[in-house]
Amino acid sequence: MIPARFDYHRPGDIAAALAILGEHGDEARVIAGGHSLIPMMKLRMTDLAHLVDLQDIAELRDIAVEGGTVRLGAMVTQHDLIASAELAQAAPLVREAALQIADPQVRYCGTVGGNVANGDPGNDMPGLMQCLGATFHLVGPGGERTVAARDYYEAAYMTAREDDEILTAITFAVPSGGYAYEKQKRKIGDYATAACAALVTMEGGRCTQASIAMTNLSDVPVWSEAAVQALVGTGCEADAIGAAVEAARADIDPTEDNRGPVDFKRHVAGVMIRRAIERAVSRA
Amino acid sequence: MKDLPDSQERTVALKGLGTSRKRVEDARFTQGKGNYVDDIKLPGMLFGDFVRSPHAHARVKAIHTEAAMKVPGVLAVITARDLEPLGLHWMPTLAGDKQMVLADGKVLFQGQEVAFVVATDRYAAADGIEAVEVEYEDLPVVTDPFKALEPDAPVLREDLAGKTEGAHGPRRHHNHIFTWEQGDREATEQVIAEADVVAEEMIYYHRTHPCPLEPCGCVAQMDKVNGKLTIWGTFQAPHAIRTVVSLISGIEEHNIRIVSPDIGGGFGNKVGAYPGYICSAVASIVTGKPVKWVEDRMDNLMTTAFARDYWMKGRIAATKEGKITGLWCHVTADHGGFDACADPTKFPAGFFNICTGSYDIPTAFLSVDGVYTNKAPGGVAYRCSFRVTEAAYFIERMIEILAIELGMDAAELRRINFIKAEQFPYHSALGWEYDSGDYHTAWDKALAAVDYAGLRREQAERVDAFRRGETRKLLGIGLTHFTEIVGAGPVKNCDILGLGMFDSCEIRIHPTGSAIARLGTISQGQGHATTFAQILASEIGLPADSITVEEGDTDTAPYGLGTYGSRSTPVAGAATAMAGRKIRAKAQMIAAYLLEVHDDDLEWDVDRFAVKGDPERFKTMKEIAFAAYNQAIPGLEPGLEAVSYYDPPNMTYPFGAYVCVMEIDVDTGQTEIRQFYALDDCGTRINPMIIEGQVHGGLTEALAIAMGQEIAYDEMGNVKTGTLMDFFVPTAVETPHYTTDHTVTPSPHHPIGAKGVGESPNVGGVPAFSNAVHDAFRAFGLRQSHMPHDHWRVWKIASGLGLHG
Repeated sequence: MIPARFDYHRPGDIAAALAILGEHGDEARVIAGGHSLIPMMKLRMTDLAHLVDLQDIAELRDIAVEGGTVRLGAMVTQHDLIASAELAQAAPLVREAALQIADPQVRYCGTVGGNVANGDPGNDMPGLMQCLGATFHLVGPGGERTVAARDYYEAAYMTAREDDEILTAITFAVPSGGYAYEKQKRKIGDYATAACAALVTMEGGRCTQASIAMTNLSDVPVWSEAAVQALVGTGCEADAIGAAVEAARADIDPTEDNRGPVDFKRHVAGVMIRRAIERAVSRA
Repeated sequence: MKDLPDSQERTVALKGLGTSRKRVEDARFTQGKGNYVDDIKLPGMLFGDFVRSPHAHARVKAIHTEAAMKVPGVLAVITARDLEPLGLHWMPTLAGDKQMVLADGKVLFQGQEVAFVVATDRYAAADGIEAVEVEYEDLPVVTDPFKALEPDAPVLREDLAGKTEGAHGPRRHHNHIFTWEQGDREATEQVIAEADVVAEEMIYYHRTHPCPLEPCGCVAQMDKVNGKLTIWGTFQAPHAIRTVVSLISGIEEHNIRIVSPDIGGGFGNKVGAYPGYICSAVASIVTGKPVKWVEDRMDNLMTTAFARDYWMKGRIAATKEGKITGLWCHVTADHGGFDACADPTKFPAGFFNICTGSYDIPTAFLSVDGVYTNKAPGGVAYRCSFRVTEAAYFIERMIEILAIELGMDAAELRRINFIKAEQFPYHSALGWEYDSGDYHTAWDKALAAVDYAGLRREQAERVDAFRRGETRKLLGIGLTHFTEIVGAGPVKNCDILGLGMFDSCEIRIHPTGSAIARLGTISQGQGHATTFAQILASEIGLPADSITVEEGDTDTAPYGLGTYGSRSTPVAGAATAMAGRKIRAKAQMIAAYLLEVHDDDLEWDVDRFAVKGDPERFKTMKEIAFAAYNQAIPGLEPGLEAVSYYDPPNMTYPFGAYVCVMEIDVDTGQTEIRQFYALDDCGTRINPMIIEGQVHGGLTEALAIAMGQEIAYDEMGNVKTGTLMDFFVPTAVETPHYTTDHTVTPSPHHPIGAKGVGESPNVGGVPAFSNAVHDAFRAFGLRQSHMPHDHWRVWKIASGLGLHG
């Protein structure tokens, strides 16, 4: 459990960080909270010559809610997400999900940017950001570009980010309606056996907007358009929710691991999706 | 007349037996000032670590060390070829087998030690390990003990080719280790053939691991000037380790010093000897420098002593009224690649023959087959006396299954079969003499405390509601009445490698009336420095706060067999009381001299000897202590010291009644402990607060084992649960609230009547949690489902019973 030798860099701004990445190419990786990267390095499954620590870059630490848009700097920790009154007001779904990640010690270090950028299918924030329809901001040598969270994930640990880019911020529109994040895990600190984020807006007894996304049920987070279609326009009665659950379940592709075999995961996914939608509807 | 309030006040001031005295150890532990093996840093110290096998079964074709030797800081790479001239490439195990120290031609389990890299620090050692190239040739892997016994199974132990006799009798197959039989086979088979009712079931107690907070490690230092080898290590039995090191190294025993510093939990994991100890010692002898080896968490989980892995086939016979008439059991015991179980030598399956449990079963037969597989060696007593938790789980499951077979309430079935209070001392059909017990009283108290009848009514209503579709949660009521056998043990039948399992205490009273007591045991968190001082305080009338308890340094402590199997209180605690009584006997003579009366004219009064009928004339122990060092007393040597080596006449038999109430979500397999009631009877209670802490800790380990903790392998012999992500260790969030209670049935043969308690909650807790899961599904037809009861396995039960619609 001891990593191989590496050089440690601690730039003070994004330009400096990009310069280090530019110099060393795929020999270098940025580190945010380190909860994924450091274990991989200790197991010598990742061999890096240069580690670029982003913690001194102050501009990556802001939470801002302005003009109906929420902006989260990449180095905002899970703890910051929970502690922010402004965010709890604007997007309580984020706080509810963050409280279900790991434990307080991990949440003091773990960042939202690291959580979404890495492409680990076990992480909670990627599914959550798909549910919120968030946009990821990537800064590289050619400046900034944006990628929709729903387009960012290609396969496990494979994302739209280039080696010389840094994910600097996440933005999303302040969500409306009811919300819920339902997660089953074996114990504190574990990844989800199955988890589901749901947003449902009801007007005059009719669902006008919905968003359903799932965590750790495929090699990428899964946003289910079919589940949304099954809900929008209905009164979210039992039949409609049942149809949405089945639609969402059709979009997942879980694999067997120590949490259990595929049939179990599919079943539990259905339970989590149903509970998330029902609770979101009850709050809508 | 005696002044009673004064006497009570003086008793309280001693903080002796029965006092919830705060743990004296905690001042350093809570401030991070403990001194563990990895805290030891010696000038010039080197660090050693292992190249480990990624394969579960492979031939080692070649080991290339050249590249590793070029890594900066790497000083040596030791392989079996280097150890062979010293005769140290293999080592004896505690079970009479032998084990490779470093891979000798092949590897038998994933993570096996292949080479030892010695470097200036652990970072250089890690780089060196990566640079060692090992050529392997895969061999067929066997992880299933039943498949290992098939005629054409691969030969695992080529070193044993042609050996038809093992340490415990005949071997009938190349992967067979021993067969151990107890009881009366013929009579038991006859009882079963003629019984009204017979319940038969296979009960599997899965492979798990003690996983102490601190892993195993040591620092070895060979002093080439005086020829003395010192090893600081995580040893639960430092004296036995010294003898073993002497026997296998040829170094005279007086030239070996073993020190167990603070130990961060043992739970059986630190009883045996590991290759790291041998390699560190050899590396220190070769380099002349101290060498440290400390496992990381994955090493610990994958390679050092696992626990359990018992396949227990049972048949239990009864009359139709529910009186048990016979018990038959056959165990297939998976010991891994080497037989490194830590059991008393004459007991290759430990004390599994306690498997008749708390019940008066007139006829029984047990046979155990030990089997080699491509898994890590071990088979230690994880917070239990040797194989007692397996035995308790077996009988407590069989009782539940018999209750199903009979259509009876499981609490009532237990009650009509308990050994009665008047039957003690009770001779069991499998050879033990239970010292004392009052099971009916404990059982009735437990059932009343939880309102058992009310719980059953609630459960029945819940089942009805579930069937009506009004709820998706079921309620399980998990019952256990366990009987332990601890305190190994009488030298006549208990030894480890020929060393009798007595224990010892040596006391020196200082002139000013304080004392030091040294014991042959070693605390790993049990609080010996607190509780043994309390035993002594009550025996010799000096305050516990004035008594230092020291253990773990073989140069200063008297010889003893160490701490495991709940033996410290039954054996070393008895030695402490007996040594205290020797002190008091001499003190009485000194007091008689000082008071100018005959010895027989004195009586003991808490902390003093007083003249009978004249309580104003007395000498306190403090006064007597000083007199021992400043008076020339005719016929008495100066000083006040005593030593006792205690050979217990029998084991002790703690028992308890546990009830677990569990809510189960049939759709997700999630479980929640709503209530847990634990009644323990450990005889005389030395420190109620420490007992409560022991029970809480043991129950939490039991929760872990029953509900998720396992060492699982895939078919290739890869460990699937080698990190704490997958190996379940509960946090405060998963740990339920426990209610503790007690009855007191002293041991008749122990000097203070104490029986030991540290392991009871693990022994009794596992069946209580597991029975709760089973009980929740009893109404729907469940008989047996193997642990651990993690979410998917509970879900699978519900699915198999058609509860998912």
